[in-house]
Amino acid sequence: MNYRMEWRKAVNAVMLTLTGVCALLAVSVLFFILGYLVWHGGRALNWEFFTQLPKPVGEAGGGMANAILGSAKLLLVAALVGVPIGFFGGIYLAEFGGRTFAFLVRYTTDLLNGVPSIVIGIFAYSALVLPFRHFSTLAGAIALGLMMIPITLRSTEEFLRLVPRALREGALALGASKWKTILTVVVPAAYRGVLTAVLLAMARVAGETAPLLFTAFNNRFWSPGWSQPTASLPVMIYTYAIAPYEDWHRQAWAAGLVLLGLVLITNMVARGVLARGMSAQRS
Amino acid sequence: MATAAIPVKHAGPGWGLRALARRLRNGDEIAHLFTLVFAASVILITSLLVYELWVNSALARHKFGLSFLFTRVWDPIFDQFGALPFVYGTLVTSAVALVIAVPVGLGAAIFLAELAPPKISGALAFVIDLLAAVPSVIYGLLGIFVVVPLLREYVQPFLKATLGFLPLFQGPIYGVGFLAAGVVLAVMVVPFIISVSREVLLGVPGDQREAALALGATRWEATWKVVVPYARTGILGSIFLALARALGETMAVTMVIGNNPQISASLFAPGYSIAAVIANEFSEATGDLYLHALVELGLVLFLLTFILNGLARLLILATTQRGVGQE
Repeated sequence: MNYRMEWRKAVNAVMLTLTGVCALLAVSVLFFILGYLVWHGGRALNWEFFTQLPKPVGEAGGGMANAILGSAKLLLVAALVGVPIGFFGGIYLAEFGGRTFAFLVRYTTDLLNGVPSIVIGIFAYSALVLPFRHFSTLAGAIALGLMMIPITLRSTEEFLRLVPRALREGALALGASKWKTILTVVVPAAYRGVLTAVLLAMARVAGETAPLLFTAFNNRFWSPGWSQPTASLPVMIYTYAIAPYEDWHRQAWAAGLVLLGLVLITNMVARGVLARGMSAQRS
Repeated sequence: MATAAIPVKHAGPGWGLRALARRLRNGDEIAHLFTLVFAASVILITSLLVYELWVNSALARHKFGLSFLFTRVWDPIFDQFGALPFVYGTLVTSAVALVIAVPVGLGAAIFLAELAPPKISGALAFVIDLLAAVPSVIYGLLGIFVVVPLLREYVQPFLKATLGFLPLFQGPIYGVGFLAAGVVLAVMVVPFIISVSREVLLGVPGDQREAALALGATRWEATWKVVVPYARTGILGSIFLALARALGETMAVTMVIGNNPQISASLFAPGYSIAAVIANEFSEATGDLYLHALVELGLVLFLLTFILNGLARLLILATTQRGVGQE
């Protein structure tokens, strides 16, 4: 009897400790990644990195100014594509949606959310690159924009639904029409949540590489306008990491640090804005 | 309600027009229509995506049929395309990832949901969410320069020495290969398992726990024999979600799998995956059949993740609904 109790207590202690170890392991991965990138990337980061074009193979130095600008351009257009569709679609689901059609929209959005990013890339290639016969910034940006839609749409819906009914009814009772209620009462009440969702969506697509490989492609020079291939930070990291040159590896670390920094800071700001209640955002 | 875009439904013939005008001036119908267009565009885009995948893989589908998935020759020069090595690579790397990620993820989720005080649990969950946000190309970068050397120098020789009698751990050691891809994938999907499982576990009603403890169960017994079985379906859902992620993951796998279309029992051998071959060969594909074969691979990937995500959602929904219903 006593032995059995001792045994059960021992199992209890061991297993509970193990779960703690698992949690510690998982959490420490982030700090390891961060530490490793700061260590390797920090040494490679300098003023040139932000201001210079990539040097030809074999020449040391140079930077990724074109990739940084390229990423910014891609994100800008991605947001212009993804945010309106997500935002107004979310309003539709939360405020106007009926049964069948709303269910269909919700279902398709979740489906789109689960599509692997490389498949989005294939889609953008066949819809936006093939017909024009050249890679372009615009095609890459639209591919990223498509990936922003599901997150923005579902979060907008969730956050609009969190707005108390009484607020809506108050506005309606004062004689405001429905759209005016939505525009001046409901959306302002939920705007922090929506903003969070948009920031998180942008942080997610900022690091996406696969959809850009055959849409925005890559470019060793500046890419003026929207119809030429452009460099971007994630694609540059990929290209430089798999290349056999020491100096390129150094720059890949630097670019990795910059990208990770941007993504993590955006995430922290976004989640900080809303502190808690972010569970609505996921899945 | 769903399609109430036309406002004259119940209006008599005499004042239908005036009612329409009033409602339009009111703006509600316009707002309804306006947002409806955006919502409908999501359906349009997704249908277009499926359509493009279907049409642009037609040549390969017609020529190879189902045998596309079961032949192993991938030879663009002679227009022979069999996807078996890629399907194999995708499945093996995902399996390795799950074998590593499920115990760790579940353990961490149990710790966060059952043991850690709420404040610590919240803080750790925040870190886990940040981990899920790390771009996959960064995982690939660390995969190349940290995981691969580590595997080559220490882990694989060790595995070979201890478990070398298994065909899984035989053959020459390269570093890159199925095992490296599996390990990197495991690290990438753990956050998903943790955050979904944690939520499912937190949804288990407290009286389940308390009843077990009151019967004299230890903390671990209450968790493992009562709480976890209660949340079983939801946890399974989180695993399916992780699997869908792993199957579709491109960059990190491409960077460490070795990119060699072969089928090998050894996890040390370099391989290839569906997503990786698309990433590597798509922009260089010459010839329509070649391109169509690659798009068909994308279609396969799409269908796989579609089914898995659907199942995962159902399972998670089933558990969380049950938890809410009984509270």
